[in-house]
Amino acid sequence: MIDRLRRYQFLFEELVKRDFKKKYKRTILGMAWSVLSPLLTLLVMKMVFSNFFGRNTEHYTTYLFCGNLIFSYFSESTSQGMSSLVSNSGIFTKVNVPKYLFLMSKNVQTLINFGLTMCVFVVFCVLDRIVFTWKLIFLLYPIILLLLFNFGMGLILSALFVFFQDIQYLWSVFTMLLMYMSAIFYTIDSYSYTVQCLFLLNPVYLFIRYFRKIVIDATIPTVWFHLLMMVDVAVVLGLGCWMYKKYNHRFLYYV
Amino acid sequence: MSILDVHNVSICYMTGDFKEIGLKEYVMRRLRGNYQVNEFWADQDITFSLEKGDMLGIIGTNGAGKSTLLKAVSGIMEPTRGWVKREGTIAALLELASGFDGDLTVRENTYLRGAMLGYTRKFMDDMYEQIISFAELTEFQDRPFKQLSSGMKSRLAFAIASLVKPDILILDEVLSVGDGAFRKKSETKMKEIIQSGATTILVSHSLEQVRKLCSKVLWLHKGQQMDFGSDVQTICDHYESFLRKK
Repeated sequence: MIDRLRRYQFLFEELVKRDFKKKYKRTILGMAWSVLSPLLTLLVMKMVFSNFFGRNTEHYTTYLFCGNLIFSYFSESTSQGMSSLVSNSGIFTKVNVPKYLFLMSKNVQTLINFGLTMCVFVVFCVLDRIVFTWKLIFLLYPIILLLLFNFGMGLILSALFVFFQDIQYLWSVFTMLLMYMSAIFYTIDSYSYTVQCLFLLNPVYLFIRYFRKIVIDATIPTVWFHLLMMVDVAVVLGLGCWMYKKYNHRFLYYV
Repeated sequence: MSILDVHNVSICYMTGDFKEIGLKEYVMRRLRGNYQVNEFWADQDITFSLEKGDMLGIIGTNGAGKSTLLKAVSGIMEPTRGWVKREGTIAALLELASGFDGDLTVRENTYLRGAMLGYTRKFMDDMYEQIISFAELTEFQDRPFKQLSSGMKSRLAFAIASLVKPDILILDEVLSVGDGAFRKKSETKMKEIIQSGATTILVSHSLEQVRKLCSKVLWLHKGQQMDFGSDVQTICDHYESFLRKK
């Protein structure tokens, strides 16, 4: 495995460079835009929802930002990852290279965006008078898992996209619905216990909740919560890898 | 000991309309039970083997299954039935000019292509000047790739690809690259590679080339293996009379 990685390191670097240049070519704002757009969403949400939900929620700005931070990373990563196979079909039909490299390269880019937004997030936390504790180190857990989760989703979606073109539209509808179900701008306290448990079925919500627990409440979620997240990620990643393995040589027939 | 063994290889393409109908319609049709896929056999029961230093020419009309067979030989595709056994490294130069990125510069594309072919960064750093001067693109290095003419594109592709030193080399109509002067240069380069002892597979529509260069020949027609052997001239004669009859 390590041997393979070293062999394809050069190709991987070149792919990352290519994706970077293509994305930011001839845009003056360039990378700044990728940080600005979640900030704009945050601003609008803050203005619109502060009256409804902001009154009873402490640190509402941070609460919102946690949701937006996670969700925008998730949706950007998956929607961009989806096309990674199809748009590189010119390469893998001519040369025998590991096909997940294309997706990885896309994910590097969205991870960098996430990192930048994260920096802004920290600034906002300070402005919102959040007290930082040593527990912040625990944020690494959801971040690493989310990275793997997004990669897994990317594997599944990019494989499906080879076979079915309408996945793109279905996925954008699905992400919108998922956004409303992820408690980004509202709290789930007012729902009955059963409904609250249903929220736990949404993996994206788990990540958001973990972030809020650590940053706002400065408490570490239970062991079960950690396990639940890990199971979600393992299932998605496992399914994605399985699809790539199974269809590795069959993608060719369809592009 | 043969360096390449292709045994009863058959390759089947699925031609359904899933791409057009999309997921929603696919699920509907599956539920109603009127979902169909058609099979298309691009190659059927192809068998041949090559020794070290052999030069195989593959001949056949368009759609004979030549390119598909090469994809199976190079390992990009898995045969539906049968198997391919290779000894040593393999490099396939298929449809050279495609797979470049129009938005990147010539320099960036050169490195990307080098990486795709499995070169190291150090190797590319060392060879870059040589590649560009061979392709005669020195004054175009930092232009976007899409501004090049198609002849320039294939010249660059050839210049990068011709640095390979594989045990098995696959050439899909690459000898017909560029204008007259460049063609001469590329043929010399190609001969150099072949003479260095590589086993070579050559797809060509130029029978003259096959007669001149090859030590073995494989004739495909509509996925069927018509003939294979080292009697190059006779098989080429048969093929020619076959073409005339059509």
